[in-house]
Amino acid sequence: MKFAIALFSPPHAPSSRRALRFAEAVLAGGHEINRLFFYRDGVYNAADSIVTPQDESDLPAQWRAFVERHALDAVVCVAAALRRGVLDSREAQRYGRVAVVPTPPWELSGLGQLHEAAQSADRLVCFGGD
Amino acid sequence: MTKSMLIVSRHAPWGGLSAREALDIALAGGAFELPVGLLFLDDGVFQLLPGQRPAAVEQKDLAANLQALPLFGVEDLYVCRQSLRLRGLDGQPLALSATPLEGPELADLFDRYDLVITL
Repeated sequence: MKFAIALFSPPHAPSSRRALRFAEAVLAGGHEINRLFFYRDGVYNAADSIVTPQDESDLPAQWRAFVERHALDAVVCVAAALRRGVLDSREAQRYGRVAVVPTPPWELSGLGQLHEAAQSADRLVCFGGD
Repeated sequence: MTKSMLIVSRHAPWGGLSAREALDIALAGGAFELPVGLLFLDDGVFQLLPGQRPAAVEQKDLAANLQALPLFGVEDLYVCRQSLRLRGLDGQPLALSATPLEGPELADLFDRYDLVITL
């Protein structure tokens, strides 16, 4: 089965951890993830500038490793990201900002990517909506 | 086959980005000519009150975005009647024409849509 997974909560939220464990289980079960889509505070999960204390779970690093290992389509909503200071190099240049996060394989794109993924997946599963 | 999506907006307009970001999903779906519905539930019903003055809390008005919904082809708008009643808003004029639903009608609504996103 093909899953689109949307995440709306920040890295320290339990729902973000559950989303990652769910995504891992989807692939481990022989299913497919057609896209990860990070929206609202979920965009912080793609912010590789986040420094997590050594004895705590580093979810942004875990997401990155997961996305890279499985070469997933991983999209961060650009409008939500700009509002929260999550700017890739193109957006940082456009707005004259110094900070650059995220870097590939994360891709900043629009909400159309959420709709497109939801249309082409068998299931859309959302985490962190409130 | 095109899937329909119901967006459930549960938060008051000025306490954070919830209302705006839920609305943005609906508008994006409309822009792609997808069958999108929007349900105002719980504190989300406060978004429908007319005559708000968001400038007083240095916020940009949501009304223009709400009024844009039909222009984007998002015409299936619903509001939870019980949420209105619990907040003393039942029978009040609303800024947007939304179909009031409650109880089993809400369950039917969720059943009718292929996808549901709650924000």
